[in-house]
Amino acid sequence: MGSCTAGGAYVPAMADESIIVKEQGTIFLGGPPLVRAATGEVVTAEELGGADVHTRESGVADHFAQNDHHALKLARRAVSRLNRVKPVELDVAEAKEPLYDPKEIHGIVSSDARRPFDVSEIIARIVDGSVFDEFKARYGTTLVCGFARIFGYPVGVVANNGILFGESAQKGAHFVELCGQRKIPLVFLQNITGFMVGKQYESEGIAKHGAKMVTAVSSVQVPKFTVIIGNSYGAGNYGMCGRAYEPRFLFTWPNARISVMGGEQAAGVLAQVKRDQKERLGESWSDQEETAFKQPILDRYEEQGHPYYASARLWDDGVIDPAQTRQVLGLAISASLNSPIEETRFGVFRM
Amino acid sequence: MFSKILVANRGEIACRIIRTARRMGISTVAVYSEADREALHVSMADEAVFIGPAPPRESYLRIDRILDACKVTGAQAVHPGYGFLSENAEFARACADSAIVFIGPPVNAIEAMGSKSAAKNIMEAAGVPLLPGYHEAEPSDEALARAAMEIGFPVLLKAVAGGGGKGMRRVDQPDQFSAALEAAKREAASSFGNDEMLVEKYLSAPRHVEVQVFCDRHGGAVYLFERDCSVQRRHQKIIEEAPAPGLTQELREAMGEAALRAARAISYEGAGTVEFLLDADGSFYFMEMNTRLQVEHPVTEMITRQDLVAWQLRVAAGETLPLNQQGLQIHGHAFEARIYAEDPDHDFLPATGRLNYLQPPEESTHVRVDTGVLQGDEVSVYYDPMIAKLVVWDENRERALSRLGRALSEYRVSGLSTNLSFLYNIAVSQPFGQAQLSTHFIEDHRDVLFHSSDQDRVKDLPLASLYLLLNMERDSRRRVGGKDHWSPWNASSAWRLNQPSIHTGAIVLNGTEYDVPVQEIGSGKQRRFLITVGDDSVVATGELDGNSLYADINGYRQRVEVVPHDGMYTLFGRRGAMQFALAQPDVGQDDGHAAADVFSAPMHGVIVKLLAGAGETVTKGQPLLIMEAMKMEHTICAPEDGVVTEFYFQEGEQVGGGVELLNFENKS
Repeated sequence: MGSCTAGGAYVPAMADESIIVKEQGTIFLGGPPLVRAATGEVVTAEELGGADVHTRESGVADHFAQNDHHALKLARRAVSRLNRVKPVELDVAEAKEPLYDPKEIHGIVSSDARRPFDVSEIIARIVDGSVFDEFKARYGTTLVCGFARIFGYPVGVVANNGILFGESAQKGAHFVELCGQRKIPLVFLQNITGFMVGKQYESEGIAKHGAKMVTAVSSVQVPKFTVIIGNSYGAGNYGMCGRAYEPRFLFTWPNARISVMGGEQAAGVLAQVKRDQKERLGESWSDQEETAFKQPILDRYEEQGHPYYASARLWDDGVIDPAQTRQVLGLAISASLNSPIEETRFGVFRM
Repeated sequence: MFSKILVANRGEIACRIIRTARRMGISTVAVYSEADREALHVSMADEAVFIGPAPPRESYLRIDRILDACKVTGAQAVHPGYGFLSENAEFARACADSAIVFIGPPVNAIEAMGSKSAAKNIMEAAGVPLLPGYHEAEPSDEALARAAMEIGFPVLLKAVAGGGGKGMRRVDQPDQFSAALEAAKREAASSFGNDEMLVEKYLSAPRHVEVQVFCDRHGGAVYLFERDCSVQRRHQKIIEEAPAPGLTQELREAMGEAALRAARAISYEGAGTVEFLLDADGSFYFMEMNTRLQVEHPVTEMITRQDLVAWQLRVAAGETLPLNQQGLQIHGHAFEARIYAEDPDHDFLPATGRLNYLQPPEESTHVRVDTGVLQGDEVSVYYDPMIAKLVVWDENRERALSRLGRALSEYRVSGLSTNLSFLYNIAVSQPFGQAQLSTHFIEDHRDVLFHSSDQDRVKDLPLASLYLLLNMERDSRRRVGGKDHWSPWNASSAWRLNQPSIHTGAIVLNGTEYDVPVQEIGSGKQRRFLITVGDDSVVATGELDGNSLYADINGYRQRVEVVPHDGMYTLFGRRGAMQFALAQPDVGQDDGHAAADVFSAPMHGVIVKLLAGAGETVTKGQPLLIMEAMKMEHTICAPEDGVVTEFYFQEGEQVGGGVELLNFENKS
């Protein structure tokens, strides 16, 4: 439909079938200016690599399209001859709309990320018939795990309902293992300020419990889908299948914030370090000075933690309207099923 | 009774006659022309005889061949149907001479009614009311003008030998008379070779009401009531009904008795129809008598519960009439709609082509379809383009009319244009529903019947749009089988991430494209369509069940039928029928196949023959040259009309691959 020059020329040339639009598309290794500079030959783009040349003489392109509409029609025709059947090996059931209107998510979620909401209210507005079979509902309750369906496809849902403790991390690891064994796609609903910190938790081994969850999530071979529905901070982002853990798709809600830690916490940590430094040197540091020190940090966190900042850098696959989450996940899950789900070999779970 | 009859006709009437004959245990012989080798009437008959090429003059009108066919097959009688030889006195006489029974009236009855002017004299003598007029032999122009003054304007000028509206003129004012007379005479002379004219009173809103009569040779004569055939286009009937609406019992009897007087006046036998003009004041005037079975006889059969073809066969075999007048009664009301291959929007121009798809409505006690064609048949230029007669019956006119509309909307024809939509428009129109009948019905209600203004059509665009969306949805659901049935990718919704779901698309009506954007609101059971046409938006929901669309538009619920055919759709709604199509993107003209150097030798070889002379004008596709290469002959043809200015090689010469062989100049 346009120019394919130099390296770009190999795209149509390496394609199974290629379509070129009359007096519009061109394919050449070197365009007319380069040809003229290199060899002195004067030639128009159309003569050099237009649709007529490539479909009649060179055979580089296969189909001659009259215009863009015709090209799209030819493309549809080519796709209709691919002889491909989607290998859906899941236990698919009839799709049912949720009992609760997805639009109501707008009223559940606040634009202020610090105001908590119950994630089961969200799940009820995403999954088929609002039916959710919760796993280990009484244990590690800050992580909600369970089975559901989206557009008839079975999914395992892993969703935050508060901070991650050792118990919730172990529960998450267990559930992800189950889904890996059963080849059930996983949906992560991230709203996580991080793993719990503090003396008690370190001594209970929260690091190794968190590691189990991270190991499970990173090793599992089922298609994973992540939606950041609120906060996404620090190691919580890892455990809840952040970008680095290769979810097939990762979407963000407009209210989300993504950082290594919260702006307040970061500013607080840096201010503490600074104050310690000053005190060691015997200097004083007024509250006013501290506030002035923290403000640019807070501002930078607010700007760089904003989903538009992240989305603009392709750290996600799009900022979506929360009410459309179900539809988006349905499309994404369905797309992922075009390739078979492979067997999982988990890494070492440190006990 | 006969044991074998020959049906000297084709199409639906031949099939109709064969059906009755078979029921009566009579063998049938069909005749057929070149064009009708595969026709339905041929396959229905017990025997069939080929009688010549497609043009009727060389087959169905060939008296000698038909009589030969009778002799060859031993048929004792000939049923002529209608049209062709049915009112041909010469044929009736030839049958008699060959000792074959002509199933129709005696020769002199046919002859008596053949000339309109002679017929009127007979009728006048028999006391049948005639339209005030002047019909003398060889009238002078002055006499006609004088007569016109006496009758009073407006008057109608008619050719004595005429028919089908030719040589006919309405004259409103005395000063227009001589010019109109001249024009009518000229037309009559060129159409019939006879410019004799008559003049009669012109009725402003006359109805065409005809009486079915039946006579046997034993003096029995009955009338089987009347038919109203007022709805006509170009003087041809398209919808007929029985009984005629609004007739009093006295008038019905008076017309029936008058018709019987007419029949007796010419010693009639068999089935005949006496046509009257019925004026608004209840006076009626004899028009003409048709000495054959009429196309519209089924409506009479439906209301009398008689088989007129069976009556004809019995009378022709010398039996008495099956019933007397007291035995005949009117039951309910019947309509007949003639389905033609024609284009009502282009002055009813006959259409020809193949019936790619043909599905009549289901027949029942209420619905009868008389047809002579099957799916795949050709409607040719040689014969009448009537595809079928759709006949409906019910207890009263209102119910029968509603059945007519329903049955018309269920009639599926594709491959050629038909008058189905037009008939439907008549059936659902208010004037027809109120029986405001006159022979000018179509002219008077042109706006209602033709949807001439696009403004009117646009009102049904939301229905069309709703149908297209639901149909697309149904199609996409139907396509996806197997385990991935519920994938959202299968949906045909206009879903867009973070955007409203808007279907963009245009609908083509009558050659004009209308943009009809549709927004989907809500999902699941709450899903609605916001359909925008121009500045107006409506909220619509609907369901499709087969071809029925149950639509709710701004809360108004209705059921309409939508029929796909030939890449288009016809919507049969309350406002009449509307044809529409989904606009397709312009994909340009297909010249995807390389216009290679058509005048070059495809490979090394020898010139075998030059098929054109240098300088010769050739037409597209004409072979120009043959060459032989690799043991194969290759023919070079003209790619378009043009001139071969020069051949570069002679016969027998060797040529190399890719060498130019000749010089060609196209015509433009």
